[in-house]
Amino acid sequence: MILRLVYYEALKTFLKKRTYLGFLIVIVVILVVEYAMKLEGGRFLSRTLRSLEQDFIVVGNLFNGWFIAREIMYSLWFHIPLLIAFVAGDQLAGEATGGTYRLILTRPVSRTRIFLSKWITTVIYTTSFVFFLGFFSISFAIILLGGGDMIVFDRGILILPEADVAWRFFAAYIFATWSMLTMANMALLFSSFVENAIGPIIATMGVLIIFNIVTFLPLEVFAPIRPFLFTSYLNHWQKMFLDPIPWNEVLRGFAVLGSYTLACGTAAWFIFDRKDILS
Amino acid sequence: MAGATVLRTHNLSKRFKNRWAVRDLNLEVHAGDVFGFLGQNGAGKSTTIRMLLSLIRPTEGGVELFGHSLHRERTLALTSVGGIVEKPDFYLYLNAYRNLSIVGALNGGASRKRILEVLDLVGLGQRAFDKVKTYSHGMKQRLGIAQALLSDPKLVILDEPTSGLDPQGMREVRELIIHLSRDKGKTIFLSSHLLHEIEQVANRMAIINKGELVVQGEVTKLLDERETFVIVQGEPKRLIGEVLRSKALNLLAPQLPAGSKGRLQFTEKDGSFQISMPFSEIPRLNKELVRRGVRVHSLIPRRSLEEYFLSLTGQHGEVG
Repeated sequence: MILRLVYYEALKTFLKKRTYLGFLIVIVVILVVEYAMKLEGGRFLSRTLRSLEQDFIVVGNLFNGWFIAREIMYSLWFHIPLLIAFVAGDQLAGEATGGTYRLILTRPVSRTRIFLSKWITTVIYTTSFVFFLGFFSISFAIILLGGGDMIVFDRGILILPEADVAWRFFAAYIFATWSMLTMANMALLFSSFVENAIGPIIATMGVLIIFNIVTFLPLEVFAPIRPFLFTSYLNHWQKMFLDPIPWNEVLRGFAVLGSYTLACGTAAWFIFDRKDILS
Repeated sequence: MAGATVLRTHNLSKRFKNRWAVRDLNLEVHAGDVFGFLGQNGAGKSTTIRMLLSLIRPTEGGVELFGHSLHRERTLALTSVGGIVEKPDFYLYLNAYRNLSIVGALNGGASRKRILEVLDLVGLGQRAFDKVKTYSHGMKQRLGIAQALLSDPKLVILDEPTSGLDPQGMREVRELIIHLSRDKGKTIFLSSHLLHEIEQVANRMAIINKGELVVQGEVTKLLDERETFVIVQGEPKRLIGEVLRSKALNLLAPQLPAGSKGRLQFTEKDGSFQISMPFSEIPRLNKELVRRGVRVHSLIPRRSLEEYFLSLTGQHGEVG
């Protein structure tokens, strides 16, 4: 039964044009930025490396597809939650706006099952979106610039051998999906409150901006609460490119983000289950 | 003889902040009924229907469908129920077939054959694979009825199903309701503010006003108990006037209900007589007029339910 519900929820989501807007934006941005980087010919990377070349001999091409794919992920990172909220925020509020709550909630199936099918669909969308971003940015960058060892700037400079890069990207995208599920569940929560699809997007982005300011503004007064803010861990996917990987920090990030996901998802279910449908 | 009770409400009430939208509503719908649920706009009809279909939680009281409590056994209670609440809305970017597949999945699954069958029943078979956004309002209304019938429910709850339809569309929906009741044995719960609509199709009805039940019972009985305005047209007019003033008055007066003060109320306008009298006395009036030599052209019971409705709710003005 639940599989059938998920199938039809996925059908509703993936047959809607707005679902593909995020994918389209990602495709355009990746094509434009990666091609522009190729035209630049790695000049900005060369400037950084010039000082190194006085002390080291750099062999091979460090301005390669892996480097660009990571830069793309880094630069898109603030915008991805918006594109996730765009679809996740529509899951419940879209039904209210369209009046279709009246169609689906008068059936002999519990609201919990309907919510669960929507939640699973949101997870499917979020996962497919993040992995599409990864797959497309890596494959286009490799086609355009080829592979090689990967250079990482983090306090110092780290060169990761090419054989060690692919799995790190995979792990990074798994963590990124986990982060984005927090954003998706937050959008789902706001979606359960309101009856228009714009509200959840604005509210999710509003929370993200406020939490980001508190997290990254160098004020000591916010220091005690920072460990509890999800924004402190959203970009922990970058830890996968460190050597050694700080697994304790990664796991703490997983736990905090998971707690937010659980809290938002449960609250969304609670509200949805008891909501009076007046639309 | 009344069939088994398929729908029962116990002191059903809903409060929004400080306002009671529905208060202590006790309805009973029997198997085979076409049950008219009448009320003006804002009387609480849609709120009641939303509670019957579990879209809204009652503040007090409860709903029983086929003997199952909607609150405790929601899935069981709704298994044999189909419905439309207000205007039917669909996923506009999907076709009718796909929309009904989604509804079917929520009912435990519907075969392609069954989906096409209900679309044919409401006259949308040829448009099954067109996107719903290309449908007219009337077509969406019919698709709404199709989704309500998809699971072959025993009880069909229809909230203003003719709303926004042209006269032809309204007649088609009325005929469909009669077909579902007579030929398919469905129990129909039909809400409307179009009083003549209820009069034409319902055998039992309830009237709700300001969230409270005013009256409930068999349509014919309720109408017979109340005065009806009858327009009498015929020749010669002089003779009609004489009958109404003298003999007919004496003949009919003992049958009049207490509220009519023992005499016929009538006025003459543009050659027609308008009489206030019990509905059940119309044949006797006709007989008396003919006996006295009047060539009766027509005896038209006029807006009987409207007048009845207004007399019960104490409201005046346009009621649909």
